[in-house]
Amino acid sequence: MEWETVIGLEVHVTLATKSKLFSGSAVAFGAEPNTQANIFDIALPGTLPVFNEEALRMAVKFGLAIDAEIGKRSVFDRKNYFYPDLPKGYQVTQLDFPTVGKGSLTVTLDDGSERTIGVTRAHIEENAGKSLHEDFSGMSGIDLNRAGEPLLEIVSEPEIYTAKEAVAYLKKLHTIILYLGISDAIMAQGSMRCDVNVSLRPKGSDVLGTRTEMKNINSFKFVEKAIYSEVERQKDILEDGGSITQETRRYDADRDETSSMRSKEVANDYRYFPEPDLLPIVIDDDYIEQVRATLPELPDAKRARFCDQFGLSEYDAGVLTSTREMAEYFESVATKTGDAKVAANWVSGDLQALLNKNNLNITDSPIKAERLTDLISRIKDKTISGKIAKTVFEAMADDSSSVDEIIESKGLKQVTDSGEIEKLVDDVINNNPDQVQQFKDGKEQVIGFLVGQAMQLSKGKANPGQVNQLLRDKMK
Amino acid sequence: MALDKAEVEKIAHLARLHISEADTEEVTTRITDILTLIDQMKTVDTESVEPLAHPLDMVQRFRADVVTETNTREQLQDLAPESQDGLYLVPKVIE
Amino acid sequence: MIEKTVAELSAAMTSGDISSVELTQSYLDRIHKANDSLNAFITVCDDTALEQARVADKSRAQGNQNPLLGIPLAHKDIFCTTGIKTTCGSKMLHNFISPYNATVVDKFNQAGVVTLGKTNMDEFAMGSSNETSFFGPVRNPWDLEKVPGGSSGGSAAAVAADLCAMATGTDTGGSIRQPAAFCGVTGFKPSYGRVSRWGMIAFASSLDQAGPICKSAEDAALMMNVMAGIDLKDSTSADREVEDYTATLSDSVKGLRIGIPKQHFTEGLSADVEKSIREALREYEAAGAILKEINLPNSHLSVPAYYVVAPAEASANLSRFDGVRYGHRCDNPLDLEDMYKRSRSEGFGDEVKRRILIGTYALSAGFYDAYYRKAQKIRRLIKNDFDEAFKEVDVIAGPTSPHTAFGIGAKTDPVTMYLEDIYTIAVNLAGLPGISIPAGFSNDLPIGLHIVGPDFGESKVLNAAHQFQLFTDWHKAKPAAKGGI
Repeated sequence: MEWETVIGLEVHVTLATKSKLFSGSAVAFGAEPNTQANIFDIALPGTLPVFNEEALRMAVKFGLAIDAEIGKRSVFDRKNYFYPDLPKGYQVTQLDFPTVGKGSLTVTLDDGSERTIGVTRAHIEENAGKSLHEDFSGMSGIDLNRAGEPLLEIVSEPEIYTAKEAVAYLKKLHTIILYLGISDAIMAQGSMRCDVNVSLRPKGSDVLGTRTEMKNINSFKFVEKAIYSEVERQKDILEDGGSITQETRRYDADRDETSSMRSKEVANDYRYFPEPDLLPIVIDDDYIEQVRATLPELPDAKRARFCDQFGLSEYDAGVLTSTREMAEYFESVATKTGDAKVAANWVSGDLQALLNKNNLNITDSPIKAERLTDLISRIKDKTISGKIAKTVFEAMADDSSSVDEIIESKGLKQVTDSGEIEKLVDDVINNNPDQVQQFKDGKEQVIGFLVGQAMQLSKGKANPGQVNQLLRDKMK
Repeated sequence: MALDKAEVEKIAHLARLHISEADTEEVTTRITDILTLIDQMKTVDTESVEPLAHPLDMVQRFRADVVTETNTREQLQDLAPESQDGLYLVPKVIE
Repeated sequence: MIEKTVAELSAAMTSGDISSVELTQSYLDRIHKANDSLNAFITVCDDTALEQARVADKSRAQGNQNPLLGIPLAHKDIFCTTGIKTTCGSKMLHNFISPYNATVVDKFNQAGVVTLGKTNMDEFAMGSSNETSFFGPVRNPWDLEKVPGGSSGGSAAAVAADLCAMATGTDTGGSIRQPAAFCGVTGFKPSYGRVSRWGMIAFASSLDQAGPICKSAEDAALMMNVMAGIDLKDSTSADREVEDYTATLSDSVKGLRIGIPKQHFTEGLSADVEKSIREALREYEAAGAILKEINLPNSHLSVPAYYVVAPAEASANLSRFDGVRYGHRCDNPLDLEDMYKRSRSEGFGDEVKRRILIGTYALSAGFYDAYYRKAQKIRRLIKNDFDEAFKEVDVIAGPTSPHTAFGIGAKTDPVTMYLEDIYTIAVNLAGLPGISIPAGFSNDLPIGLHIVGPDFGESKVLNAAHQFQLFTDWHKAKPAAKGGI
């Protein structure tokens, strides 16, 4: 039988607020255990929550970015369960009235085709703390620094059909979130986490099969591999006539397989009910419009504009808008140099290679947009050749001096003095009589060799166009 | 509505309460009595009634995103039954 | 002196007849003499009380004219207090010292009151007789074999027996008003949201409200002037201006429309209580008030709905008591599960466990609609009944409790106990202000008159109660004279 895979993704991102969702505790990453867990966060009796508006603003921003319905009245609920990293014994979340309702985002697949994937909802909730399993005389340690951090849980429709689509969806989500600046969304640090629901159904069926859930997968690559692995497992079972158990499974990246969590918990019964310590959040159109006014240009719009305004290919525009910082970098260089094509080549080529090699973000680039602009300007005003520019670029990576200083100090300035070039050309003609003859006989391509000789003699500093012209003149 | 012992045990587990074998019978009876009292609610039709979760007809106030708390870990962990290296200790958590 | 009202004591201190230190010492002496038989206090703060009294005297000498300055008060042991144990009447917190103060505590401290100690209460405020306290039952000063009511029984007994000038209480279903009625004192539950809940250990978040227990409506007004107001730490505290509750006390009740719910005078109400309440209402009529029978058709559903809503909220509110960060932890837990279950089962008493179970059941899968949602709908009906009634009347009056204080150990069946609050519970479901004031006796036990106002109508309720206390002196009766302690 042919099977169709159905995937749903639940993504949690930690909202980049300064303080917690319901208390004034700090949320700095990597702080000493429990130094950011205060009376409310450790759920001392008598403490009460007060809502951090920034979390709302960020959630609304996200909703607007994916063209979602914004809940004008959102309500917090308590989700009850016991776990040592959950101090109150319930998590405050939004069940029936989330801040963000139905929306969608469009992903581009490897073959260039586009798909629009629905987002069911996104709701604000609080994070739990962390259990540390190192041995403390046979016990576990609980760190509540994370407890109460604001999260946005983004739930997709079960309409993702391949592992590649899942990854494309996640990457797009990641890009949008970073554009909005509402989260660091660093999977390795847990500020973006992904739960994957997978089920299979006979191709053509429109009934969903029984799903399994894999929780807290911490990289895009593992999401892809976990889906492959889980799909194979389910397929084997179904083809043997078995049935899938609805359960939570753990993906083990080292062994590339999923295994049942075999939780002892009978069936979860979270006993949701409206959180009586908080009142409904009510916002109006004005509020939403005020948030909309703070939205940056989003990746899809930027990409379209880059194609349009700078004449870039879809592909180049896609690469250059993959992060907001890169797009801003590129746009600055393109605008100031007036040459978007050259700017695009430098940013997506040499600069990207340099950053990759040193594992740097563009914001940490040793070559800022202003210096790359200067470099390109020196090519355009013929101070240096494109080839020499590569040398200058390499030097710029380790040398924070200005472009002109580097060109000067390394003596890389292009020779444009016609007397000097004439001397070079004469030397080349004298030293290569055979090739000169071949050219005169009509072998046009020999000119390349002769120009190369001249450039070599000038140590690359001669203006190749001038050399070319003069050679032709002299060999007429 | 009458509860049976198994249901009481299930709820007790959800609530993380231990009820001894000897007490289950009595607890079950008491709870059944209370549920009988509660079941008087069924005598009124509430089909078209909007639920009231909260007596206050107000909306949530917002807090500005400002850090107002400082580290008080030592003082707070004096209250803890067991702690070490700044962590609250509990019997091993098995995931 | 210790039998006087706050207003009288304040005047006596202002005129220099007595100092706060002398007064505080008198109350402490009284506590040490009477508390063994009453068990009204869990913790007594001799040293800090006298220190606060000294500071108050000094402050008064420097011109501080706060009416509550130097007045000795007792807090129900549900309010978090730094430096003093806060037990909530439970083994779970029997050693708990809060690192922060409840807002109510801070406000009284700022007003310069003297804190004598913390009063006994039903465990986690769950009870109507004060028998569920881990620290043993409180005894009614009018008859030591009788309960003081609950859950604020310690506060009511302490005020009645002059162990303090005034006390705080909390009321989730009648926990201020019913003990006030049983002990012959004045107990006022403000509108939901009028007093901050920050630092008040939660029983049922959408019902809990703090209020004064004291010797007169005037004292209640003085205390409310301190307690009321918005608190940014409590999202459910109302952003409404606080009136001066003493300003309207002397308004006449002439023309005051008093609604008499016919449902509160049906079977179940003892004949003696009915007689006293009818007489009290006639007093109002004589003073020019207009009595009008009203209909609260859903009031019989208030107890059933309450015993869904309150336990449901409580079941979640009490989940934090898990033996991890504070409070009782069992010895040598076998594993995590064992730690949770034994710590909680050892730390909580039977009534608390029962309510957690009921609440857990009402919220559990498959029952939510039939119980929790249904109860919320009934809550709406009950609120609507009051809204309708208040279109025609200014306040509603009736008995606080169907009978006078019952014997310790007399009510072992929870359902019978729950029906104790039959007249008070609807007021919490609707979030309204209500007061109980002394209105007579039956067999030497006090009877309480219950007056309820519309949303944030505290001034009206306090005014009506104060006027009654001007033309009656039930509130001045003292248990000592009747052979109590």
